[in-house]
Amino acid sequence: MTIEVRNLSKSFAAFLALDRVNLRVETGELVALLGPSGSGKTTLLRVIAGLEFPDRGEVLLDGRDMTAQNAPARRVGFVFQHYALFRHMTVFENVAFGLSIKPRRERPPTSQIQARVWKLLKLVQLDAQADRYPSQLSGGQRQRVALARALAVEPKVLLLDEPFGALDAKVRLELRRWLRRLHDELRITSVLVTHDQEEALEVADRVAIMNRGHIEQVGTPEEVYHRPASAFVYEFLGNFNLFHARLNAWQTGSDALGDGPLGGSADRPIVYVRPHLLHIERRPCGQNRVVARVERINSAGPLVKVQLATDTGETLEAAISHDRYAELQLRKDDAVYVSPRELKAF
Amino acid sequence: MRRWLIRILLGVYGAEALSGLALLGVVLRARFRRRYPPRGATLHGKRVLPGFRVALGWTVFYLLLIVLIPVSALCLKAASLSWRQFWSAVTSARALAAYRLSFGVSLAASLIDGVIGLLLAWVLVRYRFPVRRLLDGLVDLPLALPTAVSGIVLTTLYAPHGWIGRRLQPLGIKVAYTPLGIVVALIFIGLPFAVRTIQPVLQDLDPEIEDAALSLGANLWQRFYLVILPELLPAWLTGVTLAFARGLGEYGSVVFIAGNMPMRTEITPLLIMTRLDQYDYAGASALAAVFLAVSLGLLLGMNAMQRRKSVLPILM
Repeated sequence: MTIEVRNLSKSFAAFLALDRVNLRVETGELVALLGPSGSGKTTLLRVIAGLEFPDRGEVLLDGRDMTAQNAPARRVGFVFQHYALFRHMTVFENVAFGLSIKPRRERPPTSQIQARVWKLLKLVQLDAQADRYPSQLSGGQRQRVALARALAVEPKVLLLDEPFGALDAKVRLELRRWLRRLHDELRITSVLVTHDQEEALEVADRVAIMNRGHIEQVGTPEEVYHRPASAFVYEFLGNFNLFHARLNAWQTGSDALGDGPLGGSADRPIVYVRPHLLHIERRPCGQNRVVARVERINSAGPLVKVQLATDTGETLEAAISHDRYAELQLRKDDAVYVSPRELKAF
Repeated sequence: MRRWLIRILLGVYGAEALSGLALLGVVLRARFRRRYPPRGATLHGKRVLPGFRVALGWTVFYLLLIVLIPVSALCLKAASLSWRQFWSAVTSARALAAYRLSFGVSLAASLIDGVIGLLLAWVLVRYRFPVRRLLDGLVDLPLALPTAVSGIVLTTLYAPHGWIGRRLQPLGIKVAYTPLGIVVALIFIGLPFAVRTIQPVLQDLDPEIEDAALSLGANLWQRFYLVILPELLPAWLTGVTLAFARGLGEYGSVVFIAGNMPMRTEITPLLIMTRLDQYDYAGASALAAVFLAVSLGLLLGMNAMQRRKSVLPILM
């Protein structure tokens, strides 16, 4: 089932949550909506689900206009950030809910419902907890129950609203890999809302980056990371160093800058470089370089983070490998030469 | 004699104030300890929340002073009757009619309060509209109003020539001086209890569970009956129980609107008053003791219902 939204706009009082949004999700695809809070990603998801209605624009499921249809008619599965489990029902009853409330004509026989619920509980590895109540489960387990509950009604589309947002880092990592495997198995068209760029880039087939109610860029994780369409996308997808009017100091050639016009204004252009693409040398070499002083070193982590202060008072952050760090033997207050390997301008 | 009574009462209130302070101290200390637990507090079998014995001691002392002693005195007084006298006092036709009326109107009024209260709480929690705060404040009004005042006002309104009674008369509906009038008065008196117990639970209810039910295909009725109601039920039952208990004991407003005709509109508390007026103290105590026992039994039963995990048969 494909999802397509055309020219969607929605506002809450004076706040414009969605501003002429267009997006197409192909059958079996997992698309992540990525953006800061307030960017409209959850609103977009709720509009697709039929839990919210747009002021203008259309929602098409499988090419059919569903804009005016309510949530039950759209047959979508929805997973909420805070699980939204029914507290007075056991895990089993929660998962069975969607099937057992169907009108008698459409409802499968009880034995079939039970079989389906057990199958789903095994799928989310919670068959041992079937008789527990949600309050007796951990956050990760609750979210798996919520997922099983959404899958029970065999939705054509699965919508996940920051499903791992309320979990701790370790469980989050585990669950998102598990979700990706599950998606590879079930191949159900899915949209995942998240504000965690790492999560989006790891899990999704394609990522749509949202900002202030509109989509800045849609593309595969590789595309959006390596060829960001705007300064916002570049800034959102990782740490960066920012230079104002430092072009002369770098003596940039067009090859270093990559393609794309310079942003900012003509006299104060903005140039970006990622910390791991800043090269640190003891001796001056090459043309693109500035002199800087080591301000802080943090070697806890996979990369060593070095904070540098340039002679003009700007702060740069470089991330170098531990091998390189040992080779350079950096100390606080050492003077070094810094050169970027890949500059980006918008 | 009277001076003694005043002294005893003052003593009770003094003790109340003192023990209140002591209890506050215990609670504050416990809070403090919980936030900054003393080293090794969990070792040596120490409780996380200290002061259990002191608190329990005061609680029992209080119940003794304020509830148990008067109740025992009541039962003792009733026991001065012979078994035969007691039986005839509590099972006279007039007494039976009074019990039936008291429990009947209280139950009816509390159930109606449950419905109106749920509606009111729902509107106050879920919607934002200009006079919401005013309405929220008005809910508590029946608690503050002297019950006699509300009784007189309601009687004036619902009397055959009253502002509302006049309009109901042609329809053949009589409210004042009938059991229906008592129900109206008790609805008014009990409403705050129903609203105020449901409101906070409704406030805590995550609106997302309704979205979840909706996305799973539940219709309006299923969302209410299977998702919202079970969550509210314990609070709803508590509210109805409180309104019911309040209705049983209500006297001030009912005597005005009821008409107080023996066998027809005479509630039990009024019958007890009548017996007292006739200097039949033992008979009054006997009636009161029976009323008390039945009320206690009903309240305990309703409490037990709240403790059950779910009252509604849910799913399959």
